[in-house]
Amino acid sequence: MTTTAASRVVQVSSEMDIVRVRQAAREAAVEAGFSLVEQTKLVTAASELARNTLVHGGGGQVSTELTVQQGRTVIRMVFTDSGPGIADVDQALADGFSTRGGMGLGLGGAKRLVDHFAIETGPDRGTVVTISSAARRGRRR
Amino acid sequence: MHQVGEVPVLDLGGVLLVSIQVELLDDTVLALQQDLTERVAETGARGVIIDISSVDIVDSFLARALRDIAAATEVLAARTVLVGMRPAVAITLVELGLTLPGMTTALSVERGLELLDTRLDENYPTRQG
Ligand SMILES: Nc1ncnc2c1ncn2[C@@H]1O[C@H](COP(=O)(O)OP(=O)(O)OP(=O)(O)O)[C@@H](O)[C@H]1O
Ligand SMILES: [Mg+2]
Repeated sequence: MTTTAASRVVQVSSEMDIVRVRQAAREAAVEAGFSLVEQTKLVTAASELARNTLVHGGGGQVSTELTVQQGRTVIRMVFTDSGPGIADVDQALADGFSTRGGMGLGLGGAKRLVDHFAIETGPDRGTVVTISSAARRGRRR
Repeated sequence: MHQVGEVPVLDLGGVLLVSIQVELLDDTVLALQQDLTERVAETGARGVIIDISSVDIVDSFLARALRDIAAATEVLAARTVLVGMRPAVAITLVELGLTLPGMTTALSVERGLELLDTRLDENYPTRQG
């Protein structure tokens, strides 16, 4: 059974909004009983993906949702933009690949930092990245 | 004291100490990078200590800025030491794929200062030559 406990949407159109996305991720992680390392991983992944939404996607929105699945609290974050999209996802996920002179670690790194990672994109189709993570040691409260 | 945005830069006589206390915006990171490099050139500082003990996440953007600051100060014959990284941040950085190669790190500001003096003494002859 899945119940949605809380959901929050942040519009991303400036770098200040990246800070807001990080705050939303942090609050959700605390709420879900994540350990400090788990919180840090989720917030870092969210920061990378929100920056991609802003810089590569030309802005968009990020929703953060807490759901309870079989007694486990899962955080799901969806990063949506209607920018140019990604033609070659495997290439974009590879460490070191960047079209903007970045380190090219954001996408692949974010994928390693979360439990589940999915990306829907294509040329001129925009990009939707969905991530989810749950606390390792179950609920603490 | 000197401020870059909300980031204070302290001159400890030859060593610049920067404590990052606020949630950094991308513009602040870039301003800090530029300002620190200029201040190293102006003051002839031997070293820069960047204290990140209050920083709760380091993403690739901030990591790149830190790496660039270190590279630029190195060219100006100063050394940058990154101090106080939280354990959770270190674990996350490794998983992200960021190991900050070539960056000198220390556990605390005190250790950073020690390290800086030691290193500088060791490097003194090569720096002069
Ligand atoms: N939302 C997006 N829309 C369009 N292209 C994207 C998007 N996200 C990522 N990309 C493409 O994938 C590439 C890799 O992204 P990744 O985040 O790994 O590296 P980066 O953003 O270039 O550098 P950094 O290491 O600073 O994050 C980008 O250079 C860009 O071409
Ligand atoms: Mg990126």
